[in-house]
Amino acid sequence: MVHYIWMFLLGAGIVTAMFNGRMDEVSEALFTGAEDAVTLCFGLISVMVFWLGIMNVARRSGLLDTFTTWLRPAAVRLFPDIPPDHPAMGYILSNMTANLMGLGNAATPMGIKAVKEMKKINDNRDEASRSMITFMALNTAGLTLIPTTVIAVRMNYGSSEPAEIVGAAILATGCSTACALVIDRFFHIRRTRKGKG
Amino acid sequence: MLLLAVILHAALKQVPAYDSFVEGGKDGFQMAVSLIPYLVGMLTAVSVFRASGAMDLLIQAIAPALALVGMPAEIAPLAMIRPISGTGALGMMSSLLEEYGPDSFIGRLASTMQGSTDTTLYVITIYFGAAGVKHIGDALKVGLAADAAGVAASVFIVSMIFL
Repeated sequence: MVHYIWMFLLGAGIVTAMFNGRMDEVSEALFTGAEDAVTLCFGLISVMVFWLGIMNVARRSGLLDTFTTWLRPAAVRLFPDIPPDHPAMGYILSNMTANLMGLGNAATPMGIKAVKEMKKINDNRDEASRSMITFMALNTAGLTLIPTTVIAVRMNYGSSEPAEIVGAAILATGCSTACALVIDRFFHIRRTRKGKG
Repeated sequence: MLLLAVILHAALKQVPAYDSFVEGGKDGFQMAVSLIPYLVGMLTAVSVFRASGAMDLLIQAIAPALALVGMPAEIAPLAMIRPISGTGALGMMSSLLEEYGPDSFIGRLASTMQGSTDTTLYVITIYFGAAGVKHIGDALKVGLAADAAGVAASVFIVSMIFL
């Protein structure tokens, strides 16, 4: 999918340029684009190093675990199929915590383990269980409190208030998460009805 | 505040704070550096698409429909690419911030959108793929519907807060 988009962007760009005679601008854009990307990544390094460093301190000191215990009651309600003391629940909670803290890369391995455990609960069938879909809904809605990368990019482009979008992002992510859960419940109810009828 | 809490907690628990910081920071460094090839690829493609005038054509084509819901057309390509490719969206957002400025309405909207949702296709492919789940049920539908809701919510909230 990404491949097609990438090829489309480049292909459509070059074809359009041929028609309206902007070939020079396009070849310049190639180099500035590449240069911008590298500059941007170097700008990201400072924020990423600092934030992930601090988060690692929080993880080692057990502060993140404290946070996880606060989330537990919510998670137990969201995933009624999973016994509260099952390892799957633990992985789900770690995944949620990492996502909330803007540690996307740390969240992924936890998420994969969570899905594997949920598959065991689901008798190892190769179809998605109810909990898995709920878990996907949560993850794709991207519930996060601190969008690290976005703040870093904004700093890089000289924003006067790089973090000012955090409030808006939290509200928006709250809305999309709530919607995801509602839609998820809706599909679940529809599935069970179909099953009975 | 948060920083102080983290440091105090670490001091209380007698954790080697500096070592932990450096250890975590290495991950951050690797993450930022490993982004480079992805971002070079995407940002050049987006720049070419924009410089050629193809972006303007696309924006003009969809602007009337989006004006009805109060969404600036400049943001639409970002909304479209967001669920499909994380780095693609990051490249798109960066080019929007560069073009319109991070503190403009479009810049703020782009940042909010980027920060408020995750890459649906990536998450589904990685998680289900790694766990060997073949029939994904309604997961994709739920994810995409949530993305649409997130975009709508971003437009609404950013308009409310910053306009």
